[in-house]
Amino acid sequence: MSEVFDIFLLEAVLNGLLLGGLLALLSLGLNLIFGVIDVVWICYAELIMCGMYCVYYLHVQYHWPLVLAMLAAIAVVALLGYILHQFVIRPVLSAEPINQLLVTGGVLFFLQAAATLAFGIEFRNLGITLPSVRLGEMSFSGARLIAFGVALGGMIGMYLLLTKTYLGTAIRAISQDRAIMPLMGVDPARIFALTSALGGALAGLAACLLVLQYDIHPAIGLSFGPITFLICVLGGLGNMVGGFVAAFLFAQFIAVGGFFFALEWGYVIAFVFFIAVMFWRPRGILSK
Amino acid sequence: MNYPLHLAILVLLWGYIYTSWSVMGRLGLVSFGHGAFMGIGAYTVVMLWNHFGLSPWLGALAAFAFTAVVAVIIGYPCFRFRIVGHYFALVTLALSEVVRLLIVALRDQTGGSLGATPNGALHGDSVALGAVQFSGKEIWLVIVFVFWLGGLVIWRWVDRSMGRLALQAIAEEEEAAASIGIHVTRAKLRITIISALMTCAGGILYAQYQLYVNPDTVSGIAISLQMVFGVIAGGMFVMLGPTVGAAFTLLLAEGLRLAFGNRYPALDTTIYGVMLVLFIIYMPKGILGAALDFFRRKPQSAP
Repeated sequence: MSEVFDIFLLEAVLNGLLLGGLLALLSLGLNLIFGVIDVVWICYAELIMCGMYCVYYLHVQYHWPLVLAMLAAIAVVALLGYILHQFVIRPVLSAEPINQLLVTGGVLFFLQAAATLAFGIEFRNLGITLPSVRLGEMSFSGARLIAFGVALGGMIGMYLLLTKTYLGTAIRAISQDRAIMPLMGVDPARIFALTSALGGALAGLAACLLVLQYDIHPAIGLSFGPITFLICVLGGLGNMVGGFVAAFLFAQFIAVGGFFFALEWGYVIAFVFFIAVMFWRPRGILSK
Repeated sequence: MNYPLHLAILVLLWGYIYTSWSVMGRLGLVSFGHGAFMGIGAYTVVMLWNHFGLSPWLGALAAFAFTAVVAVIIGYPCFRFRIVGHYFALVTLALSEVVRLLIVALRDQTGGSLGATPNGALHGDSVALGAVQFSGKEIWLVIVFVFWLGGLVIWRWVDRSMGRLALQAIAEEEEAAASIGIHVTRAKLRITIISALMTCAGGILYAQYQLYVNPDTVSGIAISLQMVFGVIAGGMFVMLGPTVGAAFTLLLAEGLRLAFGNRYPALDTTIYGVMLVLFIIYMPKGILGAALDFFRRKPQSAP
């Protein structure tokens, strides 16, 4: 009896690990934006929703090959990120910080409602079921494995971009000292715009992975948006390594808590854990 | 006659709730968690009534106590450890999700995401005072009007108090405020408890008026954001701003519904979203704040 129990617990832990990879990718884009521009995109999950609809329509309605549809979705969301920065964030960059948070909340309302208006409230999916992978007595969904792999790949790519390229160096420099960099010949406005597009592209990548596992509907942003913010705050806003650690911690709480109780309880435990940690380490778990 | 009456009740009720939020929101404490307090109010009263037959009058006392405890549990550490700005907004956002998820998770007691209806006590009468159920809308109009007026009185009382000056100083520069002898944690906690209790009462009124509660309409991130943005649209720094925000959002939704029927279900929120973005960029004082500035033709005394 206890052996069976352990197998299922192990399965829950491993599923948590897979979920963690996806959550880490979700938090990466938001952390990048915050680290560089000092703005929280409350509408980040809604950008992902746009990407999911984009994959769906290109693939199902217009019969594009799936991979092509996904690449297009990444480009579209990157463009959305750029537009969001140029037309919404830029005008309030010098206003009070809380206004920058609030203005993206307006975008959240807009995107969610516009999606309802344009696509209706029906749940849609690609109609693809990937085979699940069996490992001994445990089974794992293929979509989750792919998502985990791609998410890891995306994060490694991001790391290389930030450390090995000129653009990445400029981005990191700006996030360290916003006042000095213009003197060094780096144009912050250009870096901000590029970072926003990059953050959008990461949201697009997340959309491609989510669309394999979840149904698409206009309110889907509300179901994983809060988690993404909490992971970023838990890891320390702008701290990408912290976000990574926090994502895996959070995913374990959800998966194992959901295994012992019901799924909502997994979330409740994770959220309460978050609030408790905030009082212990207000600037994130890795802060000192 | 019922429809305009219903609209008036909703405007006053939401006006009261938005005012409750703005009592602390305008002093730099931007909470994304007031959905939690509204949900606690609504569900505590309805659950105590349905499961134990406890009159909402007593249920309200329990809800207030519960809300105050939650407000302190969240507020004290936040203020003690100087969690401000983005961090405060996101911690309180977690709180409102915790409350919503708890309501859903306790579905055997609460009815989960299907919501719950308070057991009827009218039995053909039009008034059941003990159960706080009234079939006449006129009674409700009077009740919400009294609460709305009370909300404005509290807003004004806070506005005139020493506490407001202290909190404004804190919002400007927390360390400096502390250095001139302002007890930062206590000042913030006091205003948070006032605001949370007011919001809790709003939740109770909403539940008793609609005679239906649902986790998505009384708690969670969506309702919390609705409060924040209602206040911003109307004007955060003027007394009637939140009420104007409530009237504006409701009339926009109803107006478009009358004009287009139900053909475009989310048209109002789409327009509302665009307007919010424009407001925050070009008119950060909101509709009423900007209108007052326009008519006075002179810079408004600093908020």
